[in-house]
Amino acid sequence: MIRRSLLLVAGVLALTTTLAQADDLMFRRVTRGFPETITQVQEVIRAHGYTVSRVQRVDVGLTSSGFQTAEYRLVFYGKAEEVHALSHAHPKLAAFLPLVVIVFAEGDETLLLATNPRWLARDFPDAELRPHFAQWSRDLEAILDEASAAP
Amino acid sequence: MPRSTSRRPKPLSATAALLFTALVSAAPVDAAEPTGEALYQRHCAACHGADGRGGVGVPLALPAFLRSVDDPYLRKTIRLGRPGRVMPAFSQLTDSEIGGIVAYVRHWGQYTPPKTPPPPPGDARRGASLFAARCSACHGAEGQGGHGTGVTFSRPRALAILPPALNNPGFLAAASDAQIYRTLAEGRSGTPMQSFLNQGLTPRDLADITAHVRGFGAATKPATAVAADEGPAILRESPYDRATTIDRLRSAIGAANLRLVRIQTLDQGLVPDGQEDQSQTIVYSCDFPFLNEALKIDPRVGLFLPCRITVLEHQGKVLVLAVNPKRLSPLFNNRELDQLCDRMYDTYLQIVEETVL
Repeated sequence: MIRRSLLLVAGVLALTTTLAQADDLMFRRVTRGFPETITQVQEVIRAHGYTVSRVQRVDVGLTSSGFQTAEYRLVFYGKAEEVHALSHAHPKLAAFLPLVVIVFAEGDETLLLATNPRWLARDFPDAELRPHFAQWSRDLEAILDEASAAP
Repeated sequence: MPRSTSRRPKPLSATAALLFTALVSAAPVDAAEPTGEALYQRHCAACHGADGRGGVGVPLALPAFLRSVDDPYLRKTIRLGRPGRVMPAFSQLTDSEIGGIVAYVRHWGQYTPPKTPPPPPGDARRGASLFAARCSACHGAEGQGGHGTGVTFSRPRALAILPPALNNPGFLAAASDAQIYRTLAEGRSGTPMQSFLNQGLTPRDLADITAHVRGFGAATKPATAVAADEGPAILRESPYDRATTIDRLRSAIGAANLRLVRIQTLDQGLVPDGQEDQSQTIVYSCDFPFLNEALKIDPRVGLFLPCRITVLEHQGKVLVLAVNPKRLSPLFNNRELDQLCDRMYDTYLQIVEETVL
């Protein structure tokens, strides 16, 4: 029985190393309503030196098509020079730019979600890109922390 | 919880205790070490709720749940996750951090050791019949559990809790036979899971079902990382100039029954109006019924929906590219989403290839 359990644990551990890890996604719950949070997220993004390029209102598109949904928005952001330089040097990376944070309502709370930019390093191994991914990851972590902690 | 005492401390003892406390407080500790509560709020609250009432994840604060699962079960569940069932493996956390989270979860309720001995070895074959009759309606014929992410964000909840996947390797590695048996015997009040002893099954029946559930471990095909031959993005070179490629892309989007949402430059909004780089264009489109279906399965899917195709000029070539949903899907650890991502991949590929045909 113990041996069987150990084998199962070892099997699952081996499996989880081939799959995504918990920190590949950044997920925060904010105990505030959606309107304050979406504003807060944009302010914090700007405070970290990025430009918010667009807020895509997915919920509006869904409701205009007859579907019911709570608020669901995508906040795109980036730094113009960096986006320009990297998308021209690494065209495949353009599919992932500008960066994005999802903001959506759950009752009277709000959830923030983003892909950890460090994840991109698996598919874009160029040494030149690594510092960008690391910086984006640090900034995004701070952005999500500050947006979820701010009163 | 403070313990009552019948003896008052003497003043000197109290002073010594205060001095000791002050010294301990002043002792060098790792100030950066987050508390269990902070770790829970950071890593768990988004799915399980800040107060443990559940969301995508199970309601951890449910007293019947906490009474019936021991700490090793909680620790293994955090460490191993539930492959293919949204709950990720927190392999980046230390044992100490996981212990902190478990301690915090425990403040909602303690484990009650069972008064009965572990179940006797059961007859898995007999247990299979009982499982089919009594358990499969909720847990699935193969123990695959209920559909979806548990509950859906901001949408009606069909059940307070999703029937767990009993055949999941993460569950089987975490749950002991005694825990499975006990859950069958006692049920989980506050959920649809009721005591099977109260419904007329015998201890032997429960042991047989337990043996059958344990057998899922041998029968379950292991989840594998999704193959993603295309790499992170689907990329094709267009034989047409950029303007013609965009026209063809619009037609391909219509042919795929997607609604064109917006065409913009990649840097729109990042640079002042009129200074956009016209060599990089993003075309957004959406199949709203599909988006609605996908969000019901996993609301995180907005990370790569609506459909976005980029057309850009690079070294004299015109390239058409989209994110590869098959590459992104493993991030979400949701088998149901994998199937949707296969469909998304087919749609994106169809659009991109028709554009450059």
